[in-house]
Amino acid sequence: MKNKKWLLLMALTLVLSMFLAACGGSKNEDKPAADGDDKDNEEATEEKQHPKDEDGEPDAEQVLYLAESAAIPSVDSSIVEDQVGFNVLNNINEGLYRLNQENIAEPAMAAEEAEVSEDGLTYTFKLRDAMWSDETPVTADDFVYAWQRAIDPATGSPYGPFMMSGVVKNATAISEEKMEVSELGVKAVDEKTFEVTLERPVPYFLSLMSFGTFYPLKEEFVTSKADAYATNSENLLSNGPFVLTKWDGTGDSWTYVKNEHYWDAENVKLDEIHVNVVKDSATAVKLYQDGKLDRAGVSGDLAMQYRDDAEAVIQPETSVFYFKFNQERGGEKTPLANENIRKAIAKAFEKNDMADVVLANGSLPANFLVPTNFAFDEDEKDFRELSGDHLEYNVEEAQEHWKKGLEELGVDSLKLEILGGDTELSKKMDEYFKSQLETNLEGLSISLKEVPFSVRLDLDGNQDYDIQVSGWGPDFQDPISFLDLFVTDGTNNLMSYSNPEYDKLIEDSKGELALKPKERYEAFAKAEKILLDEDAAIAPIYQRGLIFLHKPYFKGLVDHPFGADYSYKWAYISGK
Amino acid sequence: MVKYIGKRIVYMFITLMLIATASFFLMQTLPGSPIASYNKLNDTQKAIVEKKYGIDKPKPVQYAIYMKNLAKGDLGTSFVFKGKSVNDLLATRLKPSLILGAQAMVFGTIVGILLGMLAALKHNTFWDYGSTFFAILGISIPSFVFASLLQYWIASEWHLLPVGLWNDGWKSSVLPSLALAMGPLALSARFIRTEMIEVLNSDYIILAKAKGANGFEIAFKHAFRNALIPLITVLGPLAAGLVTGSLVVEQIFAIPGIGEQFVSSIMTNDHATIMGTTLLFSAFLILVIFIVDILYGIIDPRIRVAGGKG
Repeated sequence: MKNKKWLLLMALTLVLSMFLAACGGSKNEDKPAADGDDKDNEEATEEKQHPKDEDGEPDAEQVLYLAESAAIPSVDSSIVEDQVGFNVLNNINEGLYRLNQENIAEPAMAAEEAEVSEDGLTYTFKLRDAMWSDETPVTADDFVYAWQRAIDPATGSPYGPFMMSGVVKNATAISEEKMEVSELGVKAVDEKTFEVTLERPVPYFLSLMSFGTFYPLKEEFVTSKADAYATNSENLLSNGPFVLTKWDGTGDSWTYVKNEHYWDAENVKLDEIHVNVVKDSATAVKLYQDGKLDRAGVSGDLAMQYRDDAEAVIQPETSVFYFKFNQERGGEKTPLANENIRKAIAKAFEKNDMADVVLANGSLPANFLVPTNFAFDEDEKDFRELSGDHLEYNVEEAQEHWKKGLEELGVDSLKLEILGGDTELSKKMDEYFKSQLETNLEGLSISLKEVPFSVRLDLDGNQDYDIQVSGWGPDFQDPISFLDLFVTDGTNNLMSYSNPEYDKLIEDSKGELALKPKERYEAFAKAEKILLDEDAAIAPIYQRGLIFLHKPYFKGLVDHPFGADYSYKWAYISGK
Repeated sequence: MVKYIGKRIVYMFITLMLIATASFFLMQTLPGSPIASYNKLNDTQKAIVEKKYGIDKPKPVQYAIYMKNLAKGDLGTSFVFKGKSVNDLLATRLKPSLILGAQAMVFGTIVGILLGMLAALKHNTFWDYGSTFFAILGISIPSFVFASLLQYWIASEWHLLPVGLWNDGWKSSVLPSLALAMGPLALSARFIRTEMIEVLNSDYIILAKAKGANGFEIAFKHAFRNALIPLITVLGPLAAGLVTGSLVVEQIFAIPGIGEQFVSSIMTNDHATIMGTTLLFSAFLILVIFIVDILYGIIDPRIRVAGGKG
């Protein structure tokens, strides 16, 4: 009997200690949860940017420890298609232009600003005296080779044709094997002069020059390595601020070492950056607290727990998430082909709570497609100021549209499916939508389909869904990066949306308005209004933000709104 | 015996081929394309990329090519890690998983057996209850919970061992191994206890006691050996599972292992890697079952692996 009591006591103690341990991860347990006050959050966002100011002298030891969320699949600039790969490329290589600390594309391998012909079709770049890490010069031929390799169908580059088609002369025809690679509109005028001929004037062309696909490649090196090129750090050549080392091609760790042959090496302060793949956010936070990481991403439930931490910084992103309304499924029109039904759903869910309470990671509610703080007109005015808000939350209006829509369809209730991701956060979001929409729109019943990303791509490709939570991050700095998605038969449209007026505005922005920046931006604003207010083809939800724990001594990190996420070129350690 | 082993090896190969065939065709039913950027490519590009990876051919042809390459030991090229062979990928990723699995198995089994024996020998005492309680905890609480607890207390709070990552030599392997060891530890403790209690009450032990055999002799020479058979039956597959299925623990400790790789290859439709990993796991399991069968014969001479005349 005595033994039994003792056993019970021990069991209770153990169970209790487990609960305590499980609750023990946070130092902010008693901090209040988000109160949904937008203004407070905006202020907090502004305060919580990275410690970019160059205050304090760099320490003697300049070694940084970072984490990535996935391994590197490839660092071959023609083949790279994932974010980690582009991040690595951006730090070990350099194109004609590089995004500077203010995220403006400025000459990098180019010695000066490009010379542009009057018709906006020819760009001439004078190259600076720069070297590859094997101490050979970077030449115009390196660019010609890299661009031709990226468009060559035999390379199988995902981004080459995607970025060059309709931009660089003959790129489309070459990618479709209707023309020879040598006919691409690029030329080495001499060793240090590179000339590009465009298909049409492209106002954002220079911002493309900082994108990984357009980086130079030394032909002799690439061909000598053949299939082994860029499969590990030995088979790589750098012309950027760092050299990649200790990467075996499949492993979960690698190191960047300062490239002494980089043209701007004197402004690169970090000597080494050690990177490990850490997929679990809780582990990343523990490693950060243990001093093994200088920066750690915080996601999921942890984001809410840590967003008020003294070392938490919010990194606003330029990815926007929205509902795609599929108007045709299995060859038949869906109820979402009805404009009133789309408008009703688009206005029937509260976005502030969604961003502040459900996501709680620095994301902003979105009443737009083109994100804030991303595209600016010639007067440096944010495109958002020009275009304003669309499809705001408004239950009364939503209910009116709903009633009208149901009447038009001749029904008094509807069953719809929301297709979403299978992550914890996606599931939480989907539950929120279901509850909001079913509460606000009488007669609507929502079923949720939560599947892995590859399955979602498949269902999207076959237009086998009603409503899908979808998102887009830009590859270059121009509203067209978003607005082009929804033209008739656009690659991302896949929901049978079509509006000739919208198509014409987008087409004009590429043609007759290409060299008229003011009119072009006005056309974009008009297009966004048609897409959202008039047609409710999609329903914006939020613009993503991320929370990181970031050591105060880690300064000068630059995060980019498009292309690669980060530049470590100007980063340094001060006061560790 | 040699004939038996030879026959078993042939069966093992046949089993493996059947698994390869089944998983090859099952994998074709996975939705989505293995080409990550499929939506970005135009039709010409899609055709070229599909040709490059050999997925443009009819399924039976793809199958024939796969099996031919497999016979040569070539598991193909990863769709995700561009230009990398699956063989290389598995080779680099297998090592950490093997180390963790082996350590967990050895530690878990030895401690478990000792606990189980203690419980059996001290039946219905504090030691018995204590070890049973421990075993129940080990079985009912998943390894990732132990992993989080160990990580929190031993690494984060007391700073005795690393929180995670695979860059601190043997120290990096201690906590994940301990977390993984809880399963085999609990299982072996429970099995040994039950079996030994039964054996200890059997007539031949009573006879041995009557003949004056001491406790140590009874425990190790008579009872333990008989209790081992059922234990080995369950520990075999568990060993294979430990090496190959430690994905959550690998993720918690940020260890570049194979379990974690397997899951991400499924999520990305990396056909060649899924196949390679499935085959590796299967081979492991088949081998373990084979070893278990051989061990039966060694532990209990009444079991004749080769059939024969007994």
